Amino acid sequence: MKTIDRKILRDLLGMKGQAVAIALVIASGVSTFIMSVSTMQSLRLTQAAFYRDYRFADVFASLKRAPERVRRRILDIPGVDVVQTRVAASVNIDIRGFPDPVTGDVFSLPDTGEPPLNRLYLRQGRLVEPFRDNEVVIGEAFAEAHGFKPGDELGIIINGRRKTFTVVGVALSPEHIYQMPPGAMFPDFKRYGVMWMGRAALSTACDMKGAFNDVALTLSAGADINDVIERLDEVLGPYGGLGAYGRKDQLSHRYLSEEFKQLERMAAIFPVIFLGVAAFLLNVVVSRLVSIQREEIAVLKAFGYGNFDIGMHFVKLVFLIILLGVSIGIAGGYWLGRYLSTVYMEFYRFPFLKYELRPVVAVVAALVSGGAAILGTLHSVRRAAMLPPARAMRPEPPVSYRETLAERLGLKRILSQPGRMIIRHIGRRPVKSLLTVTGMAFAVAIMMVGSFQEDALDYMVDVQFGLSQREDIAVTFVGPVPKKALYELRGLGGVRHGEIFRTVYARLRFRNRSYRIAVQGLEPGGDLRRLLDADLKPVELPPSGIVLTDYLGEMLGVREGDMLTVEVLEGGRPVVDVPVAALVSQFIGVSAYMDISALNRIMHEGNAISGVYLSADPVYQPRIFARLKRMPRIAGTEVREKAIRNFYDTMAETVLIFTFINTLLAGIIAFGVVYNSARIALSERGRELASLRVLGFTKGEISYILLGELGVLALAAVPAGFLIGRGMCAYIAEGLKTDLYRVPLILDMNTYAFAATVVLVSACISGLIVRYKLDRLDLIAVLKTRE
Amino acid sequence: MTGVAVNRTMSPDRTVFQTRGLAKIYDMGEVKVHALRGVDMEIYAGELVVLLGPSGSGKSTLLNILGGLDTATKGQVTYRGQDLTGATDRELTHYRRFYVGFVFQFYNLIPSLTARENVAVVTEIAGDPMKPEEALRIVGLGNRLDHFPAQLSGGEQQRVAIARAIAKKPAVLLCDEPTGALDSATGIVVLEVLEKINRELGTATVLITHNADIAGMADRVIYLNDGLISRVRVNEHRKSARELHW
Repeated sequence: MKTIDRKILRDLLGMKGQAVAIALVIASGVSTFIMSVSTMQSLRLTQAAFYRDYRFADVFASLKRAPERVRRRILDIPGVDVVQTRVAASVNIDIRGFPDPVTGDVFSLPDTGEPPLNRLYLRQGRLVEPFRDNEVVIGEAFAEAHGFKPGDELGIIINGRRKTFTVVGVALSPEHIYQMPPGAMFPDFKRYGVMWMGRAALSTACDMKGAFNDVALTLSAGADINDVIERLDEVLGPYGGLGAYGRKDQLSHRYLSEEFKQLERMAAIFPVIFLGVAAFLLNVVVSRLVSIQREEIAVLKAFGYGNFDIGMHFVKLVFLIILLGVSIGIAGGYWLGRYLSTVYMEFYRFPFLKYELRPVVAVVAALVSGGAAILGTLHSVRRAAMLPPARAMRPEPPVSYRETLAERLGLKRILSQPGRMIIRHIGRRPVKSLLTVTGMAFAVAIMMVGSFQEDALDYMVDVQFGLSQREDIAVTFVGPVPKKALYELRGLGGVRHGEIFRTVYARLRFRNRSYRIAVQGLEPGGDLRRLLDADLKPVELPPSGIVLTDYLGEMLGVREGDMLTVEVLEGGRPVVDVPVAALVSQFIGVSAYMDISALNRIMHEGNAISGVYLSADPVYQPRIFARLKRMPRIAGTEVREKAIRNFYDTMAETVLIFTFINTLLAGIIAFGVVYNSARIALSERGRELASLRVLGFTKGEISYILLGELGVLALAAVPAGFLIGRGMCAYIAEGLKTDLYRVPLILDMNTYAFAATVVLVSACISGLIVRYKLDRLDLIAVLKTRE
Repeated sequence: MTGVAVNRTMSPDRTVFQTRGLAKIYDMGEVKVHALRGVDMEIYAGELVVLLGPSGSGKSTLLNILGGLDTATKGQVTYRGQDLTGATDRELTHYRRFYVGFVFQFYNLIPSLTARENVAVVTEIAGDPMKPEEALRIVGLGNRLDHFPAQLSGGEQQRVAIARAIAKKPAVLLCDEPTGALDSATGIVVLEVLEKINRELGTATVLITHNADIAGMADRVIYLNDGLISRVRVNEHRKSARELHW
């Protein structure tokens, strides 16, 4: 090793605390980047492999009932490659020892051969035997939630008839990577299951012999999906087609895409912050190093080291710090990525996880952080290289101070002498002080981003289930039934109140935009379902016209008073123009509401209802569930509150871990910034402070002068961090805006307080470390050193 | 001995440095400081020259310009006939790397490197250097090779600095107050080392001091005052360093 390189190692050893602090900041940036990108890539890779190997379809459609021969006509649509017709049914599931209502979706498997599309990955057991009518394959999530394994039995109520089935296999499907009960907000693996039966068995149970009510197809190369969807709708229209849709509207696929989008945002925001802070810290540290070493630099130059050699000398030093940071970051990112991927595997049902960290990702991370760090130090390194040797040999001229604005404005009298030293020092390097504040502010902001999603989720749940969706139980019938069904349910013991609703599938059209949705007919003046305005105040449902959630209005480009075309996809499939009566606010999903009587008028159906919302005494609920299970024509029973609680239970651990990681990251930034600032302040002002000690100042007083400045900056960073944090949360929320949900910009007081606390505590800890060094200041040695 | 010295000084092809009208003005914002106001002089191969003058007389400025650490505002300076005045930064670096050895008043050792390493850091980039150990042996520090500067006395540190300066076998050795920070006994030890090198290696040596007693060991003494040469004295009898005292 060259002697000059040995000097780098010794210099580095001399500033190991600072070097490690900076390396950790770099490591945080690299690891968040690697974690997000590798997780995203791994999930995408896994998804692509699963889709390809298990033949995930391109287009999907549900309909009321079509004879099997229609399959031929679908196949004849230009651009269609493979067609799979199926029978699908919504069912209730009866599980011994589990009183809550459980719903499910059953899909048919061909009795001969493998399904051409949407094949199953068998985790356990086997597929159903041909033509056996008492066998079922269940989804893995549902099986795990209840501990089912092949050989177990469960009761399934199809079309109002209960029958016992034997579980023969546990499987995964590319269609159900993300499993959500229809219309729900969170997955609930205990109360919702996906399952598969033989076509013959399911057809018999649903009166679908020789017919199908569900179709999936793939496109041939170069086919236009919109064309195919349009033609498919034409073919299926007479058979009660509910409108075909492509992958991008397929629920499971959509949720995955949204998740990827979120990871992408994370991969963009976090590393930028960390690397920015790291670049700033390196700049500060290296420029300090350059001024400490100006004489050494001068000597080296006097003996013939060139500008390039000197520049490279510092670049190498920075490079070693980067190397340390990047190494820790890659290892940490790999570990976090693996961990995050397994967390996603809990929610997303992939048969396998292909976690891999592509070398190119690590290389990009290393290059980007290296680039950022070098960019941050370039100025100081250049300054070191360009230092004229003769001038460098002389000590630096004393830095010029002046009275700060605050003092000139008359604050001088209020401030003590140390107080004046503090503000003059801040005022002397306003840019550096500003960057220090910015660095710490980002630490505050990162903490806020960490807690934001939790706060927003809480708020969304509060609004949705506290203010809007207030029923305890939602009962859905197999098809429209007369209104008198309400009275039967109201008569159940423990039911306090009941309200009817009607859902009708329709395509809403405005100019060239359209959206497929289930229009909900509600009772005017209802108390269980309420519409909310922008201020979350309940609004009356108008007797005529249609009410849309604001985001749906935005998607369709309609405003209040515009005429919307409603193409009903059920019954007589009427097409009517309805005025938009109001836009209402809603965070979860998008909806279209109408007065139930108005909706029934469009349908030419007197008093039909699709279901009933009930409010019921919790004590009676198990008995109500038991009664509901035995009633025919009930397609599903949902208990919202339990679904939410279940979701929170699953999330709790994950949330805790992510909060911990965020706290750690924010702590690293805060610590890195404060510790480095304090160490540099100590090195710049050691002499001055030692002189003050000689003049009789106490240790406490000189600590106050040195650390007081950092205290002032840390306090200034808190409100700035709140602002930046809010901005970042807004950016994230904006990116997450879809028709699935809109995350409101809600930040709890607790979030603000916690963020500020974490950062201030980190600042205090690093302050204490510097104080420890300050207490051991060797007065004589300091005064003797020539600087 | 003296005769030889006089002969050396008189022979024009043995000129190492030549300056003509050399001036340096420091622009300190509102005030301009005239450090040198037109210096004409020569330094010849193998001689030991002492630049004598009070502080602020321009000694260090002149030395820095000769060593390629600084550039003149006006006038010309040549090293072995080559003009240093218009040299680029790269050329000056090359010049310092291969021809010049510096010794500074405050030693300017690199604190994070040992004695041996402080010398090696220079020999590693030089053309035909001696071994660092050899250079340190010459200055009498063969037994302190692996000590860090903080573990050495002032005199020892200055001798490391001299070892560092001579290890590359420079053509000229430029010493800025090499004994300024040392007591007289230690100072004399350091001067003996410089004398030995000048004598044994024939290195042209320029030594700055404001201590008139040191002038006795020079071949020639150049007096500087207020940026100008006030007179030049040729020592008929060059004293040995051991004979000096102050």
